[in-house]
Amino acid sequence: MSTIALYNDQGGAEAAVEAGQENSSSTGGAAFGLFSSDFKKNEDLKEMLESNKESLKLDAMKRVVGLISKGKNASELFPAVVKNVASKNIELKKLVYVYLVRYAEEQQDLALLSISTFQRALKDPNQFIRGSALRVLSSIRVPIIVPIMMLAIKEAAADLSPYVRKTSAHAIQKLYSLDPDQKEQLIEVIEKLLKDKSTLVAGSVVMAFEEVCPDRIDLIHKNYRKLCNLLVDVEEWGQVVIISMLTRYARTQFTSPWKEGAIFDENNDKAFYDSDSEEKKDTTEAKPYIMDPDHRLLLRNTKPLLQSRNTAVVMCVAQLYWHLAPTQEVNIVTKSLVRLLRSHREVQYIVLQNIATMSIQRKGMFEPYMKSFYVRSTDATHIKTLKLEILTNLANEANISTILREFQTYVKSQDKAFAAATIQAIGRCATNITDVTDTCLSGLVLLLSNRDETVVAESVVVIKKLLQTQPTQHSEIIKHMAKLFDNITVSMARASILWLMGEYCDRVPKIAPDVLRKMAKTFTAEEDIVKLQTVNLAAKLYLTNSKQTKLLTQYILNLGKYDQSYDIRDRTRFIRQLIVPNEKSGALNKYARRILLAPKPAPVLESSFKDRERFQLGTLSHSLNTKAAGYQELSDWPAVAPDQSVRNVEVIEPVQEWAPSVGKTKKSGKPKSADKFYSDDEEEKEEEGSESSKDSSSSSSSSEESGSESEEESSEESEKTSSDSGKSSSGSEKSSSESETEPKKKKKTKKAPQKKSKPPAAFSDSDENGNGPVAQASSSSAESSSGSETDSEDSDPPATPQKKKDVKSKPKAEVKSKVEVSLLDLVDFSPAPTNAPKSSVISSSLLSDLEGLSLSNISSTMQVTTPSFGPVKTYELLHHMTGKGLSAKYHFPRQPCLYEPSMVAVQVILTNSSDHSLEEIHIGERSPAGLNIHCFNTIERLEPEASVTVSMGIDFSDSTQAANFQLCTKEDQFSVSIQPAVGELLMPSSMTEQDYSKEQGKLLGMNETSATITMATANTSSQAISKQVLSVCNVGEVPSSQKSVHRFAGRTVSSGALVLVCLELKESSTALLTINTEKSVMASMLLRDLKQPLVQA
Amino acid sequence: MIHSLFLINSSGDIFLEKHWKSVVSRSVCDYFFEAQERATEPENVPPVIPTPHHYLISVLRHRIYFVAVIQSEVPPLFVIEFLHRVVDTFQDYFGVCTEAAIKDNVVVVYELLEEMLDNGFPLATESNILKELIKPPTILRTMVNTITGSTNVGEQLPTGQLSVVPWRRTGVKYTNNEAYFDVVEEIDAIIDKSGSTITAEIQGVIDACVKLTGMPDLTLSFMNPRLLDDVSFHPCVRFKRWEAERILSFIPPDGNFRLLSYHVSSQNLVAIPVYVKHNISFREGSSQGRFDLTLGPKQTMGKSVEAVLVSSQLPRGVLTANLNPSQGTYTFDPVTKMLTWDVGKINPQKLPSLKGTMSLQAGASKPDENPTINIQLKIQQMAISGLKVNRLDMYGEKYKPFKGIKYMTKAGKFQVRT
Repeated sequence: MSTIALYNDQGGAEAAVEAGQENSSSTGGAAFGLFSSDFKKNEDLKEMLESNKESLKLDAMKRVVGLISKGKNASELFPAVVKNVASKNIELKKLVYVYLVRYAEEQQDLALLSISTFQRALKDPNQFIRGSALRVLSSIRVPIIVPIMMLAIKEAAADLSPYVRKTSAHAIQKLYSLDPDQKEQLIEVIEKLLKDKSTLVAGSVVMAFEEVCPDRIDLIHKNYRKLCNLLVDVEEWGQVVIISMLTRYARTQFTSPWKEGAIFDENNDKAFYDSDSEEKKDTTEAKPYIMDPDHRLLLRNTKPLLQSRNTAVVMCVAQLYWHLAPTQEVNIVTKSLVRLLRSHREVQYIVLQNIATMSIQRKGMFEPYMKSFYVRSTDATHIKTLKLEILTNLANEANISTILREFQTYVKSQDKAFAAATIQAIGRCATNITDVTDTCLSGLVLLLSNRDETVVAESVVVIKKLLQTQPTQHSEIIKHMAKLFDNITVSMARASILWLMGEYCDRVPKIAPDVLRKMAKTFTAEEDIVKLQTVNLAAKLYLTNSKQTKLLTQYILNLGKYDQSYDIRDRTRFIRQLIVPNEKSGALNKYARRILLAPKPAPVLESSFKDRERFQLGTLSHSLNTKAAGYQELSDWPAVAPDQSVRNVEVIEPVQEWAPSVGKTKKSGKPKSADKFYSDDEEEKEEEGSESSKDSSSSSSSSEESGSESEEESSEESEKTSSDSGKSSSGSEKSSSESETEPKKKKKTKKAPQKKSKPPAAFSDSDENGNGPVAQASSSSAESSSGSETDSEDSDPPATPQKKKDVKSKPKAEVKSKVEVSLLDLVDFSPAPTNAPKSSVISSSLLSDLEGLSLSNISSTMQVTTPSFGPVKTYELLHHMTGKGLSAKYHFPRQPCLYEPSMVAVQVILTNSSDHSLEEIHIGERSPAGLNIHCFNTIERLEPEASVTVSMGIDFSDSTQAANFQLCTKEDQFSVSIQPAVGELLMPSSMTEQDYSKEQGKLLGMNETSATITMATANTSSQAISKQVLSVCNVGEVPSSQKSVHRFAGRTVSSGALVLVCLELKESSTALLTINTEKSVMASMLLRDLKQPLVQA
Repeated sequence: MIHSLFLINSSGDIFLEKHWKSVVSRSVCDYFFEAQERATEPENVPPVIPTPHHYLISVLRHRIYFVAVIQSEVPPLFVIEFLHRVVDTFQDYFGVCTEAAIKDNVVVVYELLEEMLDNGFPLATESNILKELIKPPTILRTMVNTITGSTNVGEQLPTGQLSVVPWRRTGVKYTNNEAYFDVVEEIDAIIDKSGSTITAEIQGVIDACVKLTGMPDLTLSFMNPRLLDDVSFHPCVRFKRWEAERILSFIPPDGNFRLLSYHVSSQNLVAIPVYVKHNISFREGSSQGRFDLTLGPKQTMGKSVEAVLVSSQLPRGVLTANLNPSQGTYTFDPVTKMLTWDVGKINPQKLPSLKGTMSLQAGASKPDENPTINIQLKIQQMAISGLKVNRLDMYGEKYKPFKGIKYMTKAGKFQVRT
């Protein structure tokens, strides 16, 4: 509503301003219009545009667009049109935009009038309006507004809406083409946008990168893995751009996988990821080639895109594999490329061109699909010739007979150009495969009697080439050709026969002079190429058989001497000097024989696609076989891989943001009053809430929250903390280790200054806190000792310098890279043999990356956040006694499910406690039948004593009904069931207090369930309360201004219904527990579940 | 990327132009016309044409050339794919993609092109998103718009644009919830003179028409998924699920879409539904030729072969054909030398045949090659590969949808060499 009102206002203001402008310019326009033929027509359009009626204006604009589409000039209407730019009618406005973009370049001054409208629209609350305003503003090619555009782009690049950010990425290219001087500033924006985690933005910003600064490969390093991981979800056009860019990138960063002795086993890299980081170092330097995990990541993440419906994406992946994959793996693209041949003719054309190039180097790739390249009579000529080319490339000893039989049909084709191409192809087969040379030759000789001239001519040319390779036993053919000579009129063929005669004149000593005699008669009427060969023949015969041909030769040389073509005159003079001895000719004469009759190497018949290899496949340059403007060369593999740590991303980067906030509290000294401290904390949290929508790295938010939590705790009375830890001992190991660190944390904060001054120190800092999930991930991967132990070690003074060293030295980087490597694994959804907490943390960060897409259209104040706190309870799924050695445990990692948002994520730890390995562990039948489970991939083999963690998703449809399914191994099946606690069917949602009370107001009456409870004394602190509540259900804490009221909010996973939990402390440790939700059954269950821990001590 | 677009009709007129960057003069199309002249058939115009300053990439559909102007390196398939997507969108919006339809709806066309590309880079190509931005013109809506003054253009960012399921719009409502799936298979084959199969393969697609309320999540499983050798999906299909379980799991777009296209593994023998007995001969010296063609069912699994259409490009020397069909009608175009015979249904008891003589141009020599015969046919209620859908389930919504699955087999590029 407000936007329309705004537009109304604008409209009025604008109209007033422009009306003045209008008066002055309309006269000019009319005067100009006098000279145009359709003066009348445009005049009435102008009237319509100036009328008050919206519909008239719209009609007029539609007609104007009609004019533009026909390429007619409508520029004199500019002033009349431009004042409608602020119209509230959206269609009219859009048409005005179309007009504006088309003519602004020609009418720069008038175009400036519209700018303020766009500037205002850039601030509109509707993201769509912001986006289109930027789109049009940046499309107006008026140099004066460059600074305005620059400003708008910078602003839009930081917009909350990914759609607007995408538009800004597009605008970068437009501005760059308008004013290349802005490059440096634009690169900054690109750098920023490259960090964006939205799939919507990724494609566009890479496009901008390619256009503006394709050589700044350093900008990609940090984003490389993110781009690889996002790739599948990017829209198809973006995929094409990203894949081509990554191809180029990979060629500069990785070593060649094509060396001998390389290890290509796809399964190997799993183990490889887990191998010790030091080992990794060694092996890359060692002789046998091992693929960089990033290189492998790229290959693995692009592979599913071969199944895309978009042919450009498939081709792009194919070229990526061709240029980057180890030789053995390239074959997987074959099938998909062959599939593309079913597509439109134009697609076939491009794909066949690429296959032609590929099939030269790797016959084996396409040989099984040879029949797909058989020519149909309905194919277009260029398709036919390409197919022929490929068939020729594929020919080998085994299949040549099939191919030749196929060629026989083609030779008879009505399409004579194609028949001629087939003959060429036969010639190539004959030279390449010696077994069939004779067969081909006799076949070609038969064609010499063909009725069609082009076929005969082509055959002659091909036979000539073939004879050259093995001239010994073919005098018969030469004689036959000599006989045909009179009937052949195509000059190329005649020239070829003449050359053959001359070259092998000793084999046909009687015929050759006769041919020369005939040529002498017709010499003047021949084409140049034939004349040249006649002179050649004459010279050769003169040398070998001068008795018979001396006079003929002299006659021909005389004819040549006075020929019209200087080329022939030159040649004649040269030949004469060479062969006819006289006093002037010097030493050369003696060598004439050796010069003219030297044995000549046979020509190599090769594919016309041979030289296309130099271009990257799938490019325009490859298609045209010339370098197109803006073509980026694909570099050769580097001999030594550049430093691979450049791609390491600070996974816990957001912790840096946290570090200063700690510093802040430090500066302010110890909190003076608890109240103040809390309010401070709240602000911080609110900020986090809004920030997380922008850059939604959930590892950030979770670590931040846990961080601030521990802060709170450390500032609390130590009694409370100890009581906390006492309680939480009932929980999992983790929470106990957490509470243990808290006293140490205090020590820490005193030591902090020298550490926190540097951002990297923040990393180790969070490590020591031990309760940030991130920290656990890194510590558990680095040292597999239990969390609490590490923590105590860390806080020991000797441990600290070591840590510090780590920060700078290599091993540290590797620890980090390990974290990311496992991140890669998860993206692939493969059961990574890592321990549970680690993977859960990482998947959460990933997930929120993906979430960034969908969330932003929900109001930013109400979002589903990642869990703030996660005491993990593990439940037994299958005991090893009943499971014949296979035991399974599961827990709820409390992460949004990767597979489907409506599913609850469940992690299952499978352990083999038998003495033999178990094979093919997978999920079998399930009940109820409609149960929607995302199963884990089948585990091929589980060794004795080994365990593996897999994640699955189950859609419980917001009910606590157990999900029953069968866990199967190769031999057995075990019925198991997962029954979720009601609290696990929720996901946390963060909102402000206002929103909370608003939502609560909507959910009164039937939707409210409440109970008064008597709280255990130990549970009265706010930390304790939140801990207890969070341990029962997966909800998010809502900041509260009243100390006695604690609010939590969540949504049900499946249907997204809001669940609000409120605990109001009353006197004498009683409390009112209220739950508001539409799902009343859930509410009562939740109430029961919540009561229990709060009442108990 | 894409600089400009020109639409050229079969008579060589540029009837629409659109520029996304600065204006490129339409004289650039002269290079295209040159190439067009060189090509004998309209299909033979090369899809990529270099000119001194630009590159022209064109597709030909519905006898309209869509010529895109490119200024620098870009994957040609990118442009070609996009142009085809444009044609598909027009077809979706206007029912047909003809010059007349485009001219009538030039404003909508312009609005669409404006949304589909920004600065030459595709912005929104998903039909569901576009339809929210620009409503397809219908008679009813045009009337309503004139009366109420409302427009066809949406004011909000389409919900799909930002969601993880960009292909589906939110808030879809139907009173009758229905989902139809058509399994259509095409046989591509080349049969040689003696009737033996040189090459044959089956390509199939599953086209869907889904009209379901809300956000349904469908799964579709096959009885025999092993048959599918190579597949390509609509982006809605969850690839991992297919990899793991061979089940198609997806949140469908609203309306018509192609869910899957597949290739049946080449190990399986392909059943050839019809056979052709032919005797086409020209005698040396005489100006007469014999033409004798009989069709019969071969492996049809008891189903009848319908809508059979035989076409053949006769040699250039043929002047007239005087033939006698036992059923259906035939036409012979003396200019293009195209013979078409609309057979209809094949009755196994009484096989259709086409017999008669052809007269050759006086003095013309005997043609080298006999014409190839192209056959089109349809077999209802059968997928020739034997592919069967096992079940279709819906999750995420409460109502019971009406589900329908139809099978059909067609001849794709089915050629008989004679």
